[in-house]
Amino acid sequence: MRKNLNVIAAYSIMMGLIILVGIFQSWNIALSIFNLCLISAVMTMGANIQWGYAGLINFGIMGYTALGGLAAVLISVNPVQEAWSAGGSNILFSLFLIIGMVVAVRYVLKKYENSKIRTYIIATIIILGIITIRFVSEPGIEAIEEVDPAKTGFLGGLGLPIIFSWIVGALFAGGLAFVIGKVALGLRADYLAIATLLISEIVIAIIKHEDWLTRGVKNVIGLKRPAPYEVNLQQTDWFINLVEKFKSSKLNLISDITERQAALNQFVIEGSSVFVKLCYSGLFLVVVIILLILTQKALYSPWGRMMRAIRDNEEAANAMGKNVVKQHLLIFVLGSAIVGIAGAMLVTQDGLFTPGSYRPMRYTFLIWVMVIVGGSGNNFGAILGGFAVWFLWIEAAPIGLYLVNLTTAGLDDTHFLKVHLIESVPYFRFLMMGIGLLLIMRYRPKGILPEKIEIK
Amino acid sequence: MDLVNAIILLLNYIFVPALAYGSQLALGAIFVTLIYGILRFANFATGDMMSFGTMFTILFTWYFQSLGISLGVLPTALLAIPFAIIFMIGYMLLIDKFVFKYYRVNKSPPVQLAMVSIGVMFVTQAVVRIIIGPSDRRFFDGEKFIIKAGEFKEMTGLNEGLAIKSTQVLTIIVTMALVSALFWFLNKTKTGKSMRAYSDNEDLALLSGIDPKKIVMITWIIAGILATIGGALYGLDKSFKPFTYFNNMLPIFAAAIVGGIGNPFGAFLGGYVIAFSEILLTYAYRKFFMYVLPETMEPDGLVQLLSTDYKFAVSFSILVIVLLYRPSGIFKGKIL
Repeated sequence: MRKNLNVIAAYSIMMGLIILVGIFQSWNIALSIFNLCLISAVMTMGANIQWGYAGLINFGIMGYTALGGLAAVLISVNPVQEAWSAGGSNILFSLFLIIGMVVAVRYVLKKYENSKIRTYIIATIIILGIITIRFVSEPGIEAIEEVDPAKTGFLGGLGLPIIFSWIVGALFAGGLAFVIGKVALGLRADYLAIATLLISEIVIAIIKHEDWLTRGVKNVIGLKRPAPYEVNLQQTDWFINLVEKFKSSKLNLISDITERQAALNQFVIEGSSVFVKLCYSGLFLVVVIILLILTQKALYSPWGRMMRAIRDNEEAANAMGKNVVKQHLLIFVLGSAIVGIAGAMLVTQDGLFTPGSYRPMRYTFLIWVMVIVGGSGNNFGAILGGFAVWFLWIEAAPIGLYLVNLTTAGLDDTHFLKVHLIESVPYFRFLMMGIGLLLIMRYRPKGILPEKIEIK
Repeated sequence: MDLVNAIILLLNYIFVPALAYGSQLALGAIFVTLIYGILRFANFATGDMMSFGTMFTILFTWYFQSLGISLGVLPTALLAIPFAIIFMIGYMLLIDKFVFKYYRVNKSPPVQLAMVSIGVMFVTQAVVRIIIGPSDRRFFDGEKFIIKAGEFKEMTGLNEGLAIKSTQVLTIIVTMALVSALFWFLNKTKTGKSMRAYSDNEDLALLSGIDPKKIVMITWIIAGILATIGGALYGLDKSFKPFTYFNNMLPIFAAAIVGGIGNPFGAFLGGYVIAFSEILLTYAYRKFFMYVLPETMEPDGLVQLLSTDYKFAVSFSILVIVLLYRPSGIFKGKIL
């Protein structure tokens, strides 16, 4: 108990802050912050597995998040029959061609010794393959994108409940990580960072521009929900009764019947959105707790000890007979898969998929700030980082506004400096993140809750 | 005649724009490579440092414009660049003193320095957006074209016009001058040689009496000059928007690595490799083939290898291929 005092204190402060937002701003805002904090926590756990456990830099978090989001679309949207009949066969045939190409390349890699001729053969296979695939897929893609472009214009998904996409998102992201890991894991740390950053940009470019699969920048809206809809809730009896019970003390103060009814309606509308957010919170909390238990178990298992050994001294671990390359690949896939879950959760909560919104600042660098600030190598630290940084990211604007008003109190309201500063309040969050990161890196390089390994 | 038309077409749409874009990337890539070679970390704040320098150029341009000073046909920004460079160098040295120095003295691993540069990136981005705002800004004035497409057509009687923007010529001339001066400095002067020695082998350089503080300071000064001029030229040619500059960091990194990181000449050529491959692979060659091929063989489609949406993806794919097959870059930089 004593040892964990700082963990408990840090989390209590965090929850206290969110509750304060609930009291002073509104419960709606507090809960939406809380939900995104939970999603951020899942992302930071993924990044923490890679960076904290194994010392691998992955700046491709954005790419895995987007793939998770794509999974949500592909799982939950109903299939577009017309599009399938228009161009489905071409797409499927192209898919077979891609598989054939990969198999051919693998065959050449195995069959021939490493030589110039082998490189040329592989290059020929790839170039010829790409050209044939383009010829096969182009008419199909055009046909698909012409099917009612204002509403669909893409193949749609499987029409399953969106919850399944959380697992599929993990599979997608893990699969991508496997390919990237095979290619890039041999690189030195900072090159791995650059390479993963660039690859994630390629992933986003593909998601943005392959309209037949993702609708691209036209966005997919109105995804299915695992939680009830507000409009439906507002008409169900048990929910109205629940709200009435909850707010009975306030409602009893109003004597006039019509006024009472109006107030009740207002409470029901507010309550419904809070209730929906609570449903999400519950779902997300379950994911976070399951992942936390698993990652904690892993951290203290022999496998976790081996990972730390590899992180701290690769050569020594190698000499002890540990397969460093294989373990690096494994942890790269695992961490990315967790980020993929978070990506699917995010799209589930928003109910829409907007490829244009994936930007490295928000989905890669911010997550890294969370991990570093919270404490890399410590799961509780990483989660706390996710909470604290996201909270600050959202509340930075009000805080910035307050600070601007405070410092420019002596100035006239129309003074150009004051007007300019108030206009630029949204950018204070970048400033706070940067300064926070720099301070933590300098004075507490292990993060708020540093890594503490006890041998049990 | 058709052949001449075809060549003019390629010059107009591929060669001239790629040369200008490549020069802008090259300056950035040399900036990245110098920091990497001498200070030994991947600087993720590259794009934002460039936008910081450009911001000062714009502010000075506005100031000069308000005073009524102009360079006639040339953009006023040229006059503003030297002043902007002074501010930029000040900013760089300030960052170094308060942020990077601590980690350098403690001999922190490069990864930690890269993380710190992310902090600098956040702060710089915030400062730029707070001072000048996130919107798109054009600060070009003076004569826009050296040759207009219409005039060219009249002059030569060809079907295809060749338009050369003055900013494109300006970019190429300034880049060539700056890069030659830089290579002269690195190869012929004593300070330049000691910088290269320091980059090659730090311990040996220290043993032979090279002052690391001076080397670091000069590196930041050169970096400040490169970042400001590179950023300002890009802004003159296209436009200034903080977010675009942040994104430009990616092809710049690609150029530096393709050229062999730590090798300034490689970075210089890498910029052109990236620019040309981006534009060559995404250009629609339909019109070109219409001129070259006989009428019966004219192509139906656009004859475009990749859609222009994948412009960035091209440079990154090149990077990935280079990393796989020649990890030290095309022109032999440091071994990764």
